[in-house]
Amino acid sequence: MSDVMNTGFLPPELLRIIFTVICAIVVVFGNAVVMGYLERKLAGRFQRRPGPMEVGFHGILQLAVDGVKLVGKQLIVPKQTDKALYRLAPIISFAPAIMPMLVIPFAPKLQGRDFDVGLLFILAVVAINVLAILIAGWSSNNKYSLLGAMRSVAQNVAYEIPMLLTLLSVILVTGTFSLRGIVEAQSGGAWFIFFMPVAFLIFFAATLAETNRAPFDLPEAESELTAGFMTEFSGMGFSLFFMAEYTYMFIACSLTVILFLGGWSGPPLPYGEYTSALWFFAKVYALLLTMIWIRWTFPRVRFDQLLNFCWKYLVPFSLVHLLVTAVVLKL
Amino acid sequence: MTSMAEKGEHRYVLNMGPQHPSTHGVLRVILEMEGEYVMDPQPVLGYGHRMHEKMAESRSWPNFLPNAARMDYLSALIYNHGYVGVVERLAGIEPTPRAEYIRVITSELNRLQSHLLWLGVLVLDLGAFTPIMYTFEDREKILDILEDVTGARLTYCYMRVGGVVRDIDDKFIQRTREYIDWQRSRMPMYEKLVTGNIIFRKRVEQIGEFTPDMARRFGLTGPVLRATGIGYDIRRAEPYSVYPEFDFDIPTETAGDCMAAYKVRVREIEQSLRILEQALDKLPEGPCMAKVPKKLKLPAGDACYAVESPRGELVYHLTGDGSDTPYRMKIRVPSFSNLSLLPELCRGMLLSDLCACMGSLDLVIPEIDR
Repeated sequence: MSDVMNTGFLPPELLRIIFTVICAIVVVFGNAVVMGYLERKLAGRFQRRPGPMEVGFHGILQLAVDGVKLVGKQLIVPKQTDKALYRLAPIISFAPAIMPMLVIPFAPKLQGRDFDVGLLFILAVVAINVLAILIAGWSSNNKYSLLGAMRSVAQNVAYEIPMLLTLLSVILVTGTFSLRGIVEAQSGGAWFIFFMPVAFLIFFAATLAETNRAPFDLPEAESELTAGFMTEFSGMGFSLFFMAEYTYMFIACSLTVILFLGGWSGPPLPYGEYTSALWFFAKVYALLLTMIWIRWTFPRVRFDQLLNFCWKYLVPFSLVHLLVTAVVLKL
Repeated sequence: MTSMAEKGEHRYVLNMGPQHPSTHGVLRVILEMEGEYVMDPQPVLGYGHRMHEKMAESRSWPNFLPNAARMDYLSALIYNHGYVGVVERLAGIEPTPRAEYIRVITSELNRLQSHLLWLGVLVLDLGAFTPIMYTFEDREKILDILEDVTGARLTYCYMRVGGVVRDIDDKFIQRTREYIDWQRSRMPMYEKLVTGNIIFRKRVEQIGEFTPDMARRFGLTGPVLRATGIGYDIRRAEPYSVYPEFDFDIPTETAGDCMAAYKVRVREIEQSLRILEQALDKLPEGPCMAKVPKKLKLPAGDACYAVESPRGELVYHLTGDGSDTPYRMKIRVPSFSNLSLLPELCRGMLLSDLCACMGSLDLVIPEIDR
């Protein structure tokens, strides 16, 4: 890629950085648009109605129109809020969502930067979102928001444990934190989902909880808390949270694909070093569709049930899984 | 949980409603909370008060007919039925047999659509969006059928003293029969999608349990009472209209929790379909309106007429004084008593369970405020 960019005006390394950042932002916004449309269209189909149909062919421009509407909306800042934190919260939520895109290997040659500790980097950056939700809930000075934020923090902290434990099983096998290394360890169809399906299921369940998706969407449970931590947000503040949610879903599903579904691996394609990103995206969107499907089918769990499920089932199972993996490797 | 209630520390007040997604209308509940636990829920009423009882006293009796539909907007025909029933009883007017059958048929259709709406809304309160779209699809068929004969979709004013305003035709009967088959074919789907769903069961089983004794103290009626094992249904206990001529069961459960109330209502859907089938088979010929004097004056005296609404026992108590304006009209609505249980029922409960309980009580707020 560096020889293409050698224009002579700017140092190639700086160009490369700018180019990757632009690509990352394009992926983030593109994903938010695609997911927003898919979610509404599929929800419609699940509910035996057509979904958006008015703007463009089968409502394909609906998201663009909604985006314009949200940008044009007045940013209402309620009187009692902590102004600085209230304005900062959506940004703190959205900004870290872009960073993981820099280390995700979409294809052998489509990766911003291959870190030795890429996996840790993603987990660390994504964890900032909890802080943003807490800030949003607190600064809104609204009891519903605060309840939503409290739920979110408890839920995220609890579900990070089984998530990390199952992840460790994979790390034990591959011996690397590099995302590229993990994908290459699964080359030739030896995907980890075939060797440790239980870990995959635990990881996916924890992923649903981490991204606040149904049936674990307690922080924004609208029938109880109106809109949870987002209650007081309007216009772009709201839509940043909205986009952040879709981006975190994308990141979580990307991680699942990298760890368990062999990343970009699939039947060979021409120019496979770039085009095999197709397989990557196909797998990611298959998982995202599953998430949408689950959301529009199941009721919401209760808060104590959510935590019980984590501490009584997911954590012990993932611990046992880690132990078994270690023993099998040693043999 | 009780130990937390005894401490009474760190409490805060959460105002739920009058605009809240799961209070279904303008109910306001002031919740004294401790963390996520509801320590003291206090319903606040009156946001939708329209003085229906006073209106009945200040105008001649036929003018109240449209008001009846606007109390419980989900069972308007049953409210119609109760009002014309009480006037007929006071004035000593006998409706024609065909009219009685048409009243039962339309009332049962009305009950079905109310139960279908409740089914969707309960699951919506628990966080599943899809079932309400399916129940609305069924409900839409009923509304279309009723629209053809009554001219309205929600606030019907169809029944008159002495009969009904418009006769039903073969097309109505045909469509109702088609609807019965359709609804029967849909019930297994709800069974799979909702009743069998593990998350749904965990959310409603052993939630909001109450005993027959509590139900008696608070004057509960309807499916919530039958969920505690008391088979009290006005259609059997105090038969009115032509209900004694039909063969149907009064479903009861014994657990008294939200799941029991849910099961009772779902089984009532099947019983309503049975009543509909029999009524359509037995429908007599003849006029749909009896001979009623042009200017009917209400004789002095009292009359009471109770009907079974989808939410419980609805009683009209009418006092006449010889003029055409009622001296007094008292309406006993089921949701009011059912709501009065809420503070007792939901003390020490999680906020999420409170939503499930309110969904299970099937409250209609305009009926409470009236």
